[in-house]
Amino acid sequence: MRSFFTHAPFRLYLGLLLLAVCIVVGGILPWLAPGDPLVWYSAPRNQNPSGAYWLGTTSLGQDVFWLLTYALRNSIILGLIVAGLSTVIGVFLGLAAGYAGGWLDRVLSFFMDALLCIPTLPILILMAALFGGQLALPIVGLLLVVFNWPYPARQVRAVALTMREREFINVAWFSGESSSRILIRHIFPYIAGWSAANFINTVLVGISTESALAVIGLSSAQQATLGTMIYWAINYQALLGGKYVWIGSPVVAIVLLFIGLFLVSSGLSMQSAAKRMSV
Amino acid sequence: MISIDNVTVGYGAAGFITAVDGVSFTIGSNEIIGIAGESGSGKSTLMRAVYGDFSTGLRIKSGTVTGRFTDAATGKTIEKPSSLFRDLWWDQISYIPQGSMSVLNPLMKIEKQVVDGLPRRERGGGRRELRARIAKFLAGFGLEENVLDAYPHQLSGGMRQRVLVAIAAFVNPRLILADEPTTALDVVVQKKILLMMVEIQRRLQNTLVLVSHDLGVHYQITDRLVIMYKGQIVEAGRTADIFANPQHDYTRNLIASLPRLHGQRAVDRVGAGA
Amino acid sequence: MHLLRFIAGRLVVYALVIVFALTVLFFVPRLGPTDPVEAMLAKVASQGAYMDPAQVDKLRQSLIDTFGLGGSLWEQYGAFVNRIVFSADFGPSLSMYPTPVMELIWNALPWTFGLLLSSTLIAWILGNFVGLLSGWRPNSNSSRVMEGIAICLYPIPYYILALVLSILFSYVWKIFPLTTTIRGAPWSWELVSSIVWNSFLPAMSIVIVVFGWWVISVKAQTSALKEEEFARYARLKGLSDGRILTAYILPNALLPQITFLALQIGLMFNGSLITEILFDYPGLGLLIYTAVLQGDFNLLMGTISLSVIAVATATMIIDLIYPLLDPRIRHR
Ligand SMILES: Nc1ncnc2c1ncn2[C@@H]1O[C@H](COP(=O)(O)OP(=O)(O)OP(=O)(O)O)[C@@H](O)[C@H]1O
Ligand SMILES: [Mg+2]
Repeated sequence: MRSFFTHAPFRLYLGLLLLAVCIVVGGILPWLAPGDPLVWYSAPRNQNPSGAYWLGTTSLGQDVFWLLTYALRNSIILGLIVAGLSTVIGVFLGLAAGYAGGWLDRVLSFFMDALLCIPTLPILILMAALFGGQLALPIVGLLLVVFNWPYPARQVRAVALTMREREFINVAWFSGESSSRILIRHIFPYIAGWSAANFINTVLVGISTESALAVIGLSSAQQATLGTMIYWAINYQALLGGKYVWIGSPVVAIVLLFIGLFLVSSGLSMQSAAKRMSV
Repeated sequence: MISIDNVTVGYGAAGFITAVDGVSFTIGSNEIIGIAGESGSGKSTLMRAVYGDFSTGLRIKSGTVTGRFTDAATGKTIEKPSSLFRDLWWDQISYIPQGSMSVLNPLMKIEKQVVDGLPRRERGGGRRELRARIAKFLAGFGLEENVLDAYPHQLSGGMRQRVLVAIAAFVNPRLILADEPTTALDVVVQKKILLMMVEIQRRLQNTLVLVSHDLGVHYQITDRLVIMYKGQIVEAGRTADIFANPQHDYTRNLIASLPRLHGQRAVDRVGAGA
Repeated sequence: MHLLRFIAGRLVVYALVIVFALTVLFFVPRLGPTDPVEAMLAKVASQGAYMDPAQVDKLRQSLIDTFGLGGSLWEQYGAFVNRIVFSADFGPSLSMYPTPVMELIWNALPWTFGLLLSSTLIAWILGNFVGLLSGWRPNSNSSRVMEGIAICLYPIPYYILALVLSILFSYVWKIFPLTTTIRGAPWSWELVSSIVWNSFLPAMSIVIVVFGWWVISVKAQTSALKEEEFARYARLKGLSDGRILTAYILPNALLPQITFLALQIGLMFNGSLITEILFDYPGLGLLIYTAVLQGDFNLLMGTISLSVIAVATATMIIDLIYPLLDPRIRHR
């Protein structure tokens, strides 16, 4: 109890536990669903939680529990893809900028700064409104990548800049190792810990932004995500009808998922900071 | 003023790493005491124990460090162990920490850093008068008045070290503990600062404890000298006596490794004789 | 001298960023798979209003003007930049015809600005206070509990917290109003209290999250700073804990927060948009939402362009302030 929350590994473990729960619910359970929970009237309407319908049903006759598993799955997949692409692109361009320097660095740095200045959500809303009132998930994902790669890129660029000055890089360079080998063998391990933390963070930002768009009904209506679930619940007056479980379950899922992600990412960065100090 | 009685000092909360091992000596009033010894011999640790700075995880395992000061206001004698020195800090005792690079607050001008912590008795007069006095005091260390309006990063390492010496001396305390105050300075400036410190000490008739691994420094200004080796005092006495007749092998080696010093002394003697 | 050069350099970058942002805004309507004009026309048609072809053509033409889709790409771009930067004119609102878009925006801005500014300010002050105290004794129980709470609050997006707060305090316990209704004569006490009362929950949703963040980061900073040599030296000077905290640790902790703020402004703005929509709060977010729902494209382009430019400007200003506050950069 004494080391509660401040001790890196404990924080990490608690976060991983929360994530594991989310991944089981979102990654494995959807396979066991009795049918597509999105289909209207596949269950009796407006049921309270019971043995048959664990979290009750919606006023459109959907099973909230199975709907939640699908929503969680889609949100997590979206977050992972966004974070994966952003991190890969960011690390690559950041290394290129920091390592190459010169005009390439200047151009890339400008795009990083500029993209970081532009708020994502208004642009997404604009696109959604212009293109039929809704954005398909792949497009949302793509846009999120465009706006999120500068975060890792900036950080990696800074690391790469200091790395160029470091002794062991020079030694490696003079002993004839090729640039790409230096990158892979010496620089990458150094930024790996931080990148992992950033990756998790981007998962969080990705899911959060898509949900924000979805909560106001501008994300895909064909796919359930945590945000669209909330939107449907609000739209079909779950609140006025007092059906708090319907709207509450995606909210609780988001909260737990995000706390888990944050614990893991801050645990990871604490750990890599500790590791760097002990070297 | 301070009596150090068989103290063993070390670090660590769980284990205990001894840094100073069974050391005894006294710090009298109106004298300059030098402490010499190789790196890691426990000089700074001893200083912290004397000052009463236990923030670094330092612990006195056995023995005592006792101070005896006269309260300026009441004239009464205060006697207490160094662990209770906190209310004497920057009043009766001041301290010049080792390593000057990041000791000053990077976001505060030098003038404010001199004034901050100053006892009431030294703050007399208005702000302007105080500033003028500080400026004059700094001039003695070869620092111009514009240093007062500078931020630490605008000063060179040597200037910062001089500022630290000046901050501690401006307090006019009964005891100044100086941990390697002149290491970052070139020989000319070093000599100037040391003479300044001697002059201040002679004028105030207070006590200066000067830590330095440079025996030349001790030769120039200290009255008494303590030689430390691996956490213990191997030799202590009047500086002149130690240089004339070193008892311990380690001291002998130290003095022998300073040929320049011998040369200088010879020149001095010739100069005195002529 | 180098300071002037620095500021000039930042301003050039700022101008470039604005041009970049405008270019993005310009190309967005041209990027998608569908033609926004046809999409808009289809939407109007699907709403059941019958229009004869001449009417449709007229509407199409006005939409083309709205989007600036007439002429060559270069002409379009020039006209677009000219309209936004030099005349700040987005035409009349289509849904609230003929009120100019700019007037609607001017009415909404103080609300958004007031909400964001007051809630981030409150959260910042509280967060620094709590973070500083718990960083001073990082291992005490109260400081651990505080950090635990902050860790659970910070990752929650504003709008989720807004939802939770409104479920709890407007639906379950009917304490606060469901939607924002402001009443009272201008500058009357009734007006002020009604504004505070109605803004309370939306503001809380921002305050709580931002507070969580500051507690976490200020605590980490403080516990690192108090081990720095200058803080230890201040202690050895016999300064009181309060003096060390306020004159030595706080300024050094505040400075890097400015850079952080620059990175977060966009995210905070994003969050407040949705919060406003959920609470029916009459700010820029609600205006954007209205524009989307009503298919009011003039209003949409206006509000979005303005928010993008406003956020970019705020970010750049903060970016510019930082070096002016840091003497290590100011006096080099
Ligand atoms: N904060 C600390 N925690 C643990 N051990 C310490 C600490 N400070 C010093 N030591 C150890 O105590 C011993 C004495 O160190 P001290 O700093 O007193 O030496 P010193 O004589 O001042 O050396 P130098 O001339 O290099 O300043 C060393 O072995 C050192 O490793
Ligand atoms: Mg030392």
